[in-house]
Amino acid sequence: MQNNIATLREKEAAAQLGGGEHRIKQQHLKGKLTARERITMLLDEGTFEEWDKFVEHRCTDFGMQDQKFPGDGVVTGYGTINGRLVFVFSQDFTVFGGALSEAHAEKICKIMDQAMKVGAPVIGLNDSGGARIQEGVASLGGYAEIFQRNVLASGVVPQISVIMGPCAGGAVYSPAMTDFIFMVEDSSYMFVTGPDVVKTVTHEVVTPEQLGGASIHTRKSGVADLAFHNDVEALLLTRKFFDFLPANNREKPPRWPTDDPHTRREPSLDTLVPPDPSKPYDIKEVIHKVADEHNFFELQPDFAQNIVIGFIRLQGSTVGVVANQPMVLAGCLDIDSSKKAARFVRYCDAFNIPILTLVDVPGFMPGTTQEYGGIIKNGAKLLYAYAECTVPKVTLITRKAYGGAYDVMASKHLRGDVNLAWPSAEIAVMGAKGAVEIIFRKEIGDNEGIERRTREYQEHFANPFVAASRGYVDDVIMPSETRERVCRSFAMLRDKKLENPWRKHGNIPL
Amino acid sequence: MFKKILIANRGEIACRVIKTCRAMGIATVAVYSDADARALHVRLADEAVHIGPPPSAESYLQIDRIVDACKRTGAEAVHPGYGFLSENPRFCEALDAAGIVFIGPRVHAITSMGDKITSKRLAEKAGVNTIPGFTGEIEGPDHAVQIAREIGYPVMLKASAGGGGKGMRVVWNDAECHDGFQRAANEARSSFGDDRVFAEKYIEEPRHIEIQVIADSHGNAIYLGERECSIQRRHQKVIEEAPSPFLDEATRRAMGEQAVALARAVDYCSAGTVEFIVDADKNFYFLEMNTRLQVEHPVTELVTGQDLVELMIRVAAGERLPLSQDDVELKGWAIETRIYAEDPFRNFLPSIGRLVRYLPPEESTNVRVDTGIEEGSEVSMFYDPMIAKLITYGENRDAAIAHMADALDAYYIRGVSHNISFLNALILHPRFQQGRLTTNFIAEEFPEGFHAADVPQSDPVIPVAIAAVVHKRHVERTADLTGQIRRFERRLRDDWVIIANRTHYPVTVTAVEHGYEVTHEGAVYRIRTDWTFGQPLVNAEVNGKAVTVQLDPHRAGYRIFHRGAEMELLVVSPAEAELTRHMLEKKPPDLSKFLLSPMPGLLVRLAVAEGDEVKAGEELAVVEAMKMENVLRASDDGVVAKILAQEGDSLAVDQPIVEFE
Repeated sequence: MQNNIATLREKEAAAQLGGGEHRIKQQHLKGKLTARERITMLLDEGTFEEWDKFVEHRCTDFGMQDQKFPGDGVVTGYGTINGRLVFVFSQDFTVFGGALSEAHAEKICKIMDQAMKVGAPVIGLNDSGGARIQEGVASLGGYAEIFQRNVLASGVVPQISVIMGPCAGGAVYSPAMTDFIFMVEDSSYMFVTGPDVVKTVTHEVVTPEQLGGASIHTRKSGVADLAFHNDVEALLLTRKFFDFLPANNREKPPRWPTDDPHTRREPSLDTLVPPDPSKPYDIKEVIHKVADEHNFFELQPDFAQNIVIGFIRLQGSTVGVVANQPMVLAGCLDIDSSKKAARFVRYCDAFNIPILTLVDVPGFMPGTTQEYGGIIKNGAKLLYAYAECTVPKVTLITRKAYGGAYDVMASKHLRGDVNLAWPSAEIAVMGAKGAVEIIFRKEIGDNEGIERRTREYQEHFANPFVAASRGYVDDVIMPSETRERVCRSFAMLRDKKLENPWRKHGNIPL
Repeated sequence: MFKKILIANRGEIACRVIKTCRAMGIATVAVYSDADARALHVRLADEAVHIGPPPSAESYLQIDRIVDACKRTGAEAVHPGYGFLSENPRFCEALDAAGIVFIGPRVHAITSMGDKITSKRLAEKAGVNTIPGFTGEIEGPDHAVQIAREIGYPVMLKASAGGGGKGMRVVWNDAECHDGFQRAANEARSSFGDDRVFAEKYIEEPRHIEIQVIADSHGNAIYLGERECSIQRRHQKVIEEAPSPFLDEATRRAMGEQAVALARAVDYCSAGTVEFIVDADKNFYFLEMNTRLQVEHPVTELVTGQDLVELMIRVAAGERLPLSQDDVELKGWAIETRIYAEDPFRNFLPSIGRLVRYLPPEESTNVRVDTGIEEGSEVSMFYDPMIAKLITYGENRDAAIAHMADALDAYYIRGVSHNISFLNALILHPRFQQGRLTTNFIAEEFPEGFHAADVPQSDPVIPVAIAAVVHKRHVERTADLTGQIRRFERRLRDDWVIIANRTHYPVTVTAVEHGYEVTHEGAVYRIRTDWTFGQPLVNAEVNGKAVTVQLDPHRAGYRIFHRGAEMELLVVSPAEAELTRHMLEKKPPDLSKFLLSPMPGLLVRLAVAEGDEVKAGEELAVVEAMKMENVLRASDDGVVAKILAQEGDSLAVDQPIVEFE
């Protein structure tokens, strides 16, 4: 017994040190925290319950039997973030560069299995050079075990990946299947094949940063949801983000008290939409002014900026927001924005998060680039997501709602629960000019006539009343009262129950 | 009295006039251009008439349309405000012809004061001091010395054809004058091809001090004290105050009496301002007379208790002035700062756009905000980018300055850049506080422009302590988050480290009755605040003293704005604070290889393509902003690696346009 206690102390001390003081120092010099420091910062103070501290790898090839570190390169366990349960794994770059062994993978799988059983989110802090090559296929098997669990957990418990170092090769596919990917600027990168292989195969010379740095994945590829300045910011903001999410797919999103009255008027919204319909305005102003405390946690702010997604709270409770952004590409839907929004809508639907949709969309983006890229099936993803979605849906048309894009953006026809419009709303098949040129094709050339017809079409459809007369819009509201009307709508929808027919799963146009 | 008045102006002054009209029970008519269709002055007025497209020349300067608007609405009189048509004799004539009263002086006064030479002659005749000088031709160095002696040193020799500083010399004695004349003449010849030089008294440490006069049509004219407007940037007034910290009673009376004499000389009837330049020995000289209401009139109103707009309306309606010179009493001190939509850190580049959030300080007996703008208003490129005039009043100058600093702290503007940091730096400047002003104040104190380092360094601990309280409230709220699990009840900590500009401030925050106690390095700050979640302003009482800070959540922490300085704060536990020390300083991206847009605007032309070799000075692109085309040129020789923006793109400030190899 005494001996065992001594061994315990020894092993615990060794586990605390990971790859040793020298490597910890190296980690710090790179501006990175250690696996344990990260967990300390992510979780509430003193709540971390560690598992598998004494797990070691079982590899005996290439002299590995002489290199063992308790914990084997990953720290796993559970704790709380603002009192709410969460499971965590944090890869330890100081141990074999965080390389994934069979044992390392088993540790991750263990907490994932447990998280599934108790219905708690999983946060992975990734900092790993890749597979433990010495272990060969055992390591690959380990990855696949994790992938399988990522998939089974998808839509059951929230999964967040924070990439805080390298994440390359097969390793990228675990974060890829989680709900959100956050990256740390300058110290993290993600790619399927590294710069060396790229150079051999395609003779392209790129740096890891250019190939898969945070700026690439938050701007160009859309793989990552957010980039943070450094480890500290990443962990603190992940905590803030976590406060928005429900623990699992059976729970409602969390709530907290707020002093912000739901009746707050915002008179300035009455002048937000410019009189000239071709002039842009910033839809984010509406989001901020409707949200509790003007607080909007935006996701993917630098990717497909023609659509805005993120979380707000209304009356203290989480709401997902999807909004066309007239400032970028006039708010048109294109491939990237459709995919960005579709995935977000499905996330909200899976986790019972109500969705507020702000519509100002002149249509789908025309052109060969879009058609060749498959805008048909990609645009259909958003349509499918909205149509399938059963959480409370409140839609507000601020200006244009044209053509098929009108249908897509949580219209009444796609089971929108409350569909509101500002007086500036125009719900029509297309803009007046285009419409007249089709309806009155024969009169083209008669400029005066066309102009008059355009005016007529404009007067007839450039308003919310035609749609309202059919009940496609439930009410036309003053912009200044948006917050109150939206809050009341969601309050009414609190206990909404709607189920889709049973099936194994739908066949979303992937 | 008039029943209905049309205000031929926009913005804050239109709103200002409407306010007085309302108090007097007079109906108001606003006029507006397309750009102002949703402006505050239009909403405040009882009626509004559209008078044309956004450019002033096609709307607010259209005499016919304004006269027509009067006729259509039945307005009996027009208040012109300042600027636009306020000093336009043709406008007065047009109104006269239509039988509408112009609320201002008569045409004769406007025309004679509108001309530099006529006004100076009239002033001399009325016994007003003018700057001694010699406007004839100086025949040679000896003649110059003779003239200079007559004027009295120091004397300024100036090229007649000159502009700017070219051909200008200040001479202090005969020898310098002799020599200086020759040089000035030579420079004038080489620069302007005209070697004529004139001489004028050089005013040392000049101050701009002006006298407010008001006269009625019954021959009564009085002065309402002075305003000092020495704080100017490029001849634009930035801060004005009444009274002047420089004048004594005798000088004030002498200036006032001369100003009234001048007003009488032109049969003045209305409010007007006689501007003087005052030297270090309190000698004062006439500059010009403005025959209208001045922008800075509120400071006079606050120290005299008079409503100048009301007086203007009454005398225009033929009433007698309700007060005599003996009734005029200056009480207390008033200061006005002009809040502009401009970026002081970018060489005062005007900023246009929507005021996404706008919370002016609360008005009180000490604080007055004259504005034509509200949240959601647009600062457009067509008009003056002034957001508001902030006027504070106190029993003495120090009190007025203190109120101003507090009011600036509470002025919350988001969406456009603003000059509040600069105004703060000015009013907190020791030289300003001592009242040692000259018209060169800004040029002398900020010779290299205004930079972040020029923001006065006030004690950061107070805003830090307030942030600590706000943070504690946030942390306490997380304890109420739903879905928490048992047996993990947290001990909410009350000791934190606040990190600002890489400095660590350890604090302890404890709740006490009616507030919090923040301890930092042994010092205790008792803080009371009624702040609630989501409010961008924290009004607090720190050890009994009222403090306002602007506090926005920002990334993982907060951004705080106080006394003109902006700080980013991170609040963490002491252990976490140690971990932050490992974080690397973010290197700002190397932008030397980029051509950046110097301002928000439209990329109208791109003169280079990828692969082009460019030479220093070569045109690269043209950015249109504020209706002005700005040619961007290469600063060095180089090769264009990448084009990052296309013609027709809207550019943000600092957006890269071209990347070089």
